[in-house]
Amino acid sequence: MSEHEYTPKSKAGKWFNDRLPLLSLANHLTDYPTPKNLNYWWTFGGILTFCLITQIVTGLTLAMHYIAHADMAFDSVEHIMRDVNYGWLIRYIHANGASMFFLAVYIHIFRSLFYGSYKSPREIIWIIGIIIYLLMMAAAFMGYVLPWGQMSFWGATVITNLFSAIPLVGEGIVTWLWGGYSVDNPTLTRFFTLHYLIPFLILGLVVLHIWALHVPGNNNPIGIDIKKPSKDTVPFHPYIVIKDGFALLMFIIVFAFFVFYTPNILGHADNYIEADPLVTPAHIVPEWYLLPFYAILRSVPDKLLGVVAMLSAILILAALPWLDTSKIRSAVFRPLYKQFYWILVADVLILGYVGAMPAEGLYLLIARVATAYYFLHFLVILPVLGFKEKTLPVPMSITEPVLGGSVNMAAARSKESSRN
Amino acid sequence: MSEKKTNRRDFLFTATYAVGAVGVGATVWPMIDQMNPDASVKALASTEVDISTVNPGKTITVLWRGKPVFIRRRTSEEIADAKSVKLEDLKHPEKDEDRAKNPEWLVMLGVCTHLGCVPLDQKGDYNGWFCPCHGSHYDTSGRIRKGPAPTNMEIPKYEFVDTNTIKIG
Repeated sequence: MSEHEYTPKSKAGKWFNDRLPLLSLANHLTDYPTPKNLNYWWTFGGILTFCLITQIVTGLTLAMHYIAHADMAFDSVEHIMRDVNYGWLIRYIHANGASMFFLAVYIHIFRSLFYGSYKSPREIIWIIGIIIYLLMMAAAFMGYVLPWGQMSFWGATVITNLFSAIPLVGEGIVTWLWGGYSVDNPTLTRFFTLHYLIPFLILGLVVLHIWALHVPGNNNPIGIDIKKPSKDTVPFHPYIVIKDGFALLMFIIVFAFFVFYTPNILGHADNYIEADPLVTPAHIVPEWYLLPFYAILRSVPDKLLGVVAMLSAILILAALPWLDTSKIRSAVFRPLYKQFYWILVADVLILGYVGAMPAEGLYLLIARVATAYYFLHFLVILPVLGFKEKTLPVPMSITEPVLGGSVNMAAARSKESSRN
Repeated sequence: MSEKKTNRRDFLFTATYAVGAVGVGATVWPMIDQMNPDASVKALASTEVDISTVNPGKTITVLWRGKPVFIRRRTSEEIADAKSVKLEDLKHPEKDEDRAKNPEWLVMLGVCTHLGCVPLDQKGDYNGWFCPCHGSHYDTSGRIRKGPAPTNMEIPKYEFVDTNTIKIG
């Protein structure tokens, strides 16, 4: 929280603030000291908040017209598309909004990986973020089931069947999830309920995520601890608000391009065929944002181990603050890590590509190599790198490299204190 | 004396926790169990199928408990194929005789045991079924031969009501 005590100017404001310190909170948020070197990769937190609110608002309006019943769901979605005023627009924003949400969250996650934002003292922020990411995947998966098309139905069948890999109780869990002996109406109604619930859970976790962020303050591109407030920081408002706002506008242009020009490019044509429990589409593929994990699932020839590998690939991220043994946060000063970082980015993109291809021949081989490398990166390369890597000298402050401050630490310190 | 008092209090705490846990469990269980198959779902337990129009080499698919059931009238080559396989070659060893009581008729759940897709008829490396989702190959007895599926396709409970009718379930 802010260093100084805040007192509202007006008498009424002070009266209210003494009873519920909302004005203190607002003041904390506007004055919040932010590193002045934050680049545009730091604007995705704000963009993600925008995505969440967009999904909640469009979702609420869609729910006013959608009918969660196996016999009527498909038709009610077509009704939204054809009859409801601006229904097509709201549904296309919601459907593409999910993709935009994941696009932004992947950039946000890879920004953390590059600048070491997950490291001490920000582990809790990171872990809350991973929980949010898991909930996003659950919400996206269940939302995709609601139109009750062929991909909805068979996607739901395949994903719920993942639980049947659990020894002994697996089949019972799957029947319990379905509320029957196959994906059917009871499954649809409960998925609708949960799809409605999860965004609000995410909203609560976002509040915790930001709260946890405001304790140590933002990481920054050079990854050093800074004094707050100091000449290394600027107040959140107006500096960061304007920068976030500009980035958000750029993002909305991309978003609008998908909504208005290629609203179905990220979906599957099969989902415009109503669900049919007797026919599986020839080629089942999840949405693009789940493809890397799908590739990992398919690369393991054993059912249980495949599921374990896929879940580990996500959960391993939660252990990242302890797997990465390097004390230096930012990749800017870690020449070797920087290279491995880009190899990991390429590896995940390759996994995503082979996840969309049939699981045979060369694709399967590539998927296996890429899966092995993914785990190698987190379990071997990162822990070892922290001990072996020769890192570059880290500046004392954000201003130092710009103003050509002394390399001598003591001199830099005394300069700093004399200015304050 | 003070020790005795502590013991009595410990007993009261433990008893309270135990009763509380039972109460919480009894309250939570209905919330969990409501998600299990309801009475109307369980009521759809059996289906009768007329098989008089199925010629050798043909498969019909019927819906039972929301899942497809394959009823295949196998050709003599298919039966011979299925019977000639050595049990050691099978990932999930089952004799063909145990899977098809009447060797001409193979009745099984048309659900891949990997992740629940419907396999395609007369496809794959063993001329049985092939699952397009993740590439599992089944033989003419519906046994898993290649790919990620862990077990053979399941045989549901069924019986011949008369020569032309099968009752599934």
